[in-house]
Formats: sequence, C-alpha cells, structure tokens
Amino acid sequence: MTGESFRSWRKPLLVLLAALAVAVFLAPLASPNPDGLDRVARDLGFAAREGRLHRAPLPGYTIPGLSLGRWTPAAAGLLGALLTCGLAWGVAALATRRKAQDPEPGHPRR
Amino acid sequence: MHIPDGFLDTRTWVGASAVSTAVVGYALRRTRETLGERQVPTLGVLAAFVFAAQMVNFPIVGGTSGHLIGGVLAAILAGPSAATIIMTTVLSVQALFFQDGGITALGANVLNMGVIAVFAGYGAYRLLSALVPGRAGRLTATFAASWLSVMASALAAALELALSRTVPLTVVLPAVLYWHALIGLGEALITSAVVAYAFRVNLVPALQVAPPPKEVVE
Repeated sequence: MTGESFRSWRKPLLVLLAALAVAVFLAPLASPNPDGLDRVARDLGFAAREGRLHRAPLPGYTIPGLSLGRWTPAAAGLLGALLTCGLAWGVAALATRRKAQDPEPGHPRR
Repeated sequence: MHIPDGFLDTRTWVGASAVSTAVVGYALRRTRETLGERQVPTLGVLAAFVFAAQMVNFPIVGGTSGHLIGGVLAAILAGPSAATIIMTTVLSVQALFFQDGGITALGANVLNMGVIAVFAGYGAYRLLSALVPGRAGRLTATFAASWLSVMASALAAALELALSRTVPLTVVLPAVLYWHALIGLGEALITSAVVAYAFRVNLVPALQVAPPPKEVVE
C-alpha cells in the first residue's frame, strides 16, 4: 500500500473504528426509556396499534439464542454497524461504477 | 422517532413512500454526479456511525429518552444527497434486521429522517453559516440546524399520524413537538461536538462527497 492510498484510507478507517466503538461501548449504556414518539403513543393511547408484519432476525437489537447480558446491544450494534457500512459502501460503489460506464460513446448503458 | 407498522393508514404510508422514493432517486443521481471513487468508503463509514449513534438513547426528563437522528451530521460531513442515501441505508437496516421502525412505515421514516431532517436541517445550516461567518458561525449554525431538523422531522411524523386518523393533529402535534424540542437539544449537542471535532482534524474535506459550497469555504 503506497503512502498516498494509505492517507486516503486512514480517515474513513478512523470513522469506522469510532462507529464500532460507539456500538460496543455506548450502546449498552442506552436509556431503556421509551423515545419521544413511543412516549406520545402511550400517553395518547395509540401505542396498541403497533403491529408486526415481519419477524426481523435481530428484533430490538437482541441476538436470538445468544445472551450476553448487558453487552447484547454491543454485539447487535457491531453486526448492524458493519452491515450498514457494507450496504452503504455497496450502493456508493454501484453509483460510481455506473458513472464510469456513462462517458463511453456508442455503448448503450446496460 | 421510528414509526412502527400499524400507526399509519395505507393511503399515508403509500404516499410517503412515493415521495421518499422520488427523493432517494434524485439523491442517487446527484451522488452519481459528484461521488468520486475515493469517497465511496465515506458513505459506508458514515452510515455505520449514524447507525451506532442512533442506538445510544439518552435520557431526557420524565422517563422519556431520545436518540440522535444524524441527518444534519451526515449532511454537513458528506453533503445532503449523500446524507439521504446514508439515512435510507440506516433506516432500511433498522427496519429489516432489527424491527426498529415498520416495514410499511419505512417510506415515512425515510421521508421524516432521511429527507426532511436532512434537507430542512442542511438548508438551515447553509443559511445560518452564511449569515455568521467563521468557526463560531459554523457551530451556531450546526447547533440551531440540528435542533430544527428534529423539530421538522417530528412535525412530519405528527402530520402523518394525523393524516392516518390515528390521532387528531391538535392532540398529537403539541405532544410530539414538546418531547422533540428536548430531544433536539441532545441532537444539537452531539452534532455540534462531532462536527467541531471533524473540522478540527480535517475530516471534512477528506470525507466530503460534493465539493464544499463556496460560502462555507474559509
């Protein structure tokens, strides 16, 4: 890896490490209280309308079959942050790849 | 702030999804024009950061909590169109994998947090940072715009709930705005701290997807 390419990778890598640190060390400290919208739904009596249309694999930032006590959100957060990173990276990579194909004259876009 | 399934009627979630789809399409086209290969990792790592930060609910008064939305944070660091893509990715992962926010409500949540919070917040940021130049101006603008982005997002959520006839607007609007005026302060504090740090260590030109707007360049 050349110095130039290392410099361009260093800052995104630091942001990723910061994200993973937040997931691992701060997510377990999250307040369990209802958030603003949940609170309003309870106070105004429409919280019971909440319905589930699908079963998410990691419902409510838990990992079925794995109990790490208070560190459970850390593990779920780590997985989620990496998954989110990969997905957004993929979307961005796809966008630039399509752009690279655009300028070629006479080649209709696939 | 994540609306679950069941709170919105079909007309409202379909309508919100249509608007979101159009704006996300626009954001993708804009990003395609401005995104360089070197900035591809930026979208990934910022999305990871917003995802992680959204997990950290902070307590506010009265047994209620709030968490960062991150729309203004992503918009200042990467530009508004990239921010919409970042927020859409985060909200999709939360709904599909973590049951945080409904599947039918995903379009409405993208509209509230990935479109309205981003563009209203970033618009306010640009306007305010042009009025007050320099570092102090940027921080003031970041603080105010972050708070406003939460209020705009909450207003949109209240309107969607009222349009769905889940709860009358006159009842839900004051309640939602009251709690989010407080949650918005948390958003403003976190965003200001992260943005100040990001500028201090020169993260911003390194991460920026679109060329920085001329008014903001110092």
